[in-house]
Amino acid sequence: MTAVGLRAPRPRIRPASVVTFLVMAVVTAFVLLPVAIIIFTAFKPVAEVNAYPPTLLPTEWTLDNLIRILEELPFARLALNSVIFAGGVTLCALVFDSLAAYALARIDFRGRGVLLVLIIASLMIPFQATLIPVYQLVAELGWINTYQGLIAPRAADAFGIFLLRQFFLALPRDLDNAARIDGASEFRVFRSVVLPNVVPALMTLGVFTFVNNWNDLLWPLVFTNQAEMGTITSGLTLLTGPGGIIPYGVMMAGSLLAVVPLVIGFLFVQRRFIDNIATTGLK
Amino acid sequence: MTAPAARAYRPPAPLGGRPRVRGEGRRTLTALAFLAPALLILGAFVAWPMISAFRLSFTDASGFGAEDWVGLDNYIRVFTDPDILDAMVNTLWYTVLFTPTAVVSALLLALVLNSPALPFRGFFRTALFLPFIVSLAVAAFAWSYLLDPRLGLVNYWLQGAGVQLGDVLEDPVLAMPAVALVAVWKNFGFYMVIFLAGLQDIPASLYEAARMDGAGAGRRFTNVTLPLLSNTFAFVLIFALIAALQAFDQIYVMTGGGPYGHTQTIVMEIYESGFRKLDLGFASALSYVLLIATLLLSVVQFVFFGRREKDLG
Repeated sequence: MTAVGLRAPRPRIRPASVVTFLVMAVVTAFVLLPVAIIIFTAFKPVAEVNAYPPTLLPTEWTLDNLIRILEELPFARLALNSVIFAGGVTLCALVFDSLAAYALARIDFRGRGVLLVLIIASLMIPFQATLIPVYQLVAELGWINTYQGLIAPRAADAFGIFLLRQFFLALPRDLDNAARIDGASEFRVFRSVVLPNVVPALMTLGVFTFVNNWNDLLWPLVFTNQAEMGTITSGLTLLTGPGGIIPYGVMMAGSLLAVVPLVIGFLFVQRRFIDNIATTGLK
Repeated sequence: MTAPAARAYRPPAPLGGRPRVRGEGRRTLTALAFLAPALLILGAFVAWPMISAFRLSFTDASGFGAEDWVGLDNYIRVFTDPDILDAMVNTLWYTVLFTPTAVVSALLLALVLNSPALPFRGFFRTALFLPFIVSLAVAAFAWSYLLDPRLGLVNYWLQGAGVQLGDVLEDPVLAMPAVALVAVWKNFGFYMVIFLAGLQDIPASLYEAARMDGAGAGRRFTNVTLPLLSNTFAFVLIFALIAALQAFDQIYVMTGGGPYGHTQTIVMEIYESGFRKLDLGFASALSYVLLIATLLLSVVQFVFFGRREKDLG
């Protein structure tokens, strides 16, 4: 667009790359089709949602579906629950995982190897496999339908500890040794020296944890049974009524509201986020 | 690569000349203080439940007080109940549909995106990754609408091309491919990014050398790309297999296990027997079967990654 852009060295455009580009454009369009259908259907009047032949774009834009979803579900409450649940898990996990990862990566202590193996082993346990005893435990604590019941069991996780440990290992030793020689306590070294150097890793883990929990369906279904304690994701499933009659327009409006905050947040951090998940713990 | 553990921090002996052992004891206490919150959570909500699930799996627990020891009954039921056997077959079928499709499409797209000649690579990468942040439940709604026999755009377009799909989600044969497709749609972007990182780790000089030796694009792929990508490939494959074993959200939303149980999977059965029928003992036995299947896959992973894990120390 700008003069600077024009002066940039122009890659040679070969016919082969034009073909690949076109193929990629078509593939991407198909991949984005469900996202497009969510957005466009959310703004369609009922008559158009149910019209045959179906269309992609609305001819008439309306906010009716969005208004109806707000009437049918306690949406503000569900959104708040989603934020508290996903945000709470993320915050706790970041603190607890980074503390544990620091000890495992930077402190040389007895039993470190055994602990590390145990933590890595617990990575392989699907949460579904322990769901029932976890449910019983949460129920015994009287935490069903509470935020702590949703958050506590996920307040630390092996994946996060492992991921952060990989980052902590990569930092040069001199950094914290210098601080220790100056008399800094271990916690001080952790907080003021090491932590500021792993902000990208914390961000990546944070986004990952937040998105996974925001989107999780089975977890809130199990730990809440009151509609007003559900999350957006679990609340939306209430819309598929027992008769199997599905108000698509309303459902897409709800889906849109569930997805938009994530997409906006993601677009802000996407470059770093994608690079980080691609490189952390995998090299 | 040297093992990082060997370079682990060891503070210099204090000038006062205290015995080293006490320093080590203090370090252990400090480390445990750092680890305490995480260990408490993992102990209470992972380790203990694992033991507890094992015990439950030998009882007829229903969540209402009294429970009796039933020995191996639950496990015998797992492997004789025709519904569960069907669910296992369904889970396998789902895995066979999902895994190769997701992994191959991710690899192909990563290869294309890795080519510097492609314009707008960044845009494509972000767009193709986008489904990963959409929840499976929401994706399931959107796909249900797209595949609706009367109102669905995909159905309508396919009709235009002469393909009659009918009601896919009510079709005993097509329902499972449909729910697997949604999972592929959601996950391939994640695998693609991991492949891209693997591809970018391959030194360009190797390709140059192969080119000088007269290797064409096909040979360069089979002789350079594939061998050097094998670790990444194994990683993605195991990830995809484990994800396949745990399929739930999109099935719960799109078909609820139907039609006639044709999309009922292991996790669907765990949810239904545990939280609908409150047959906790049986659901725990089923959970342990899932756990063991996952562990077996993880063992395969360790065989593949043995050397790498050692490197990570």
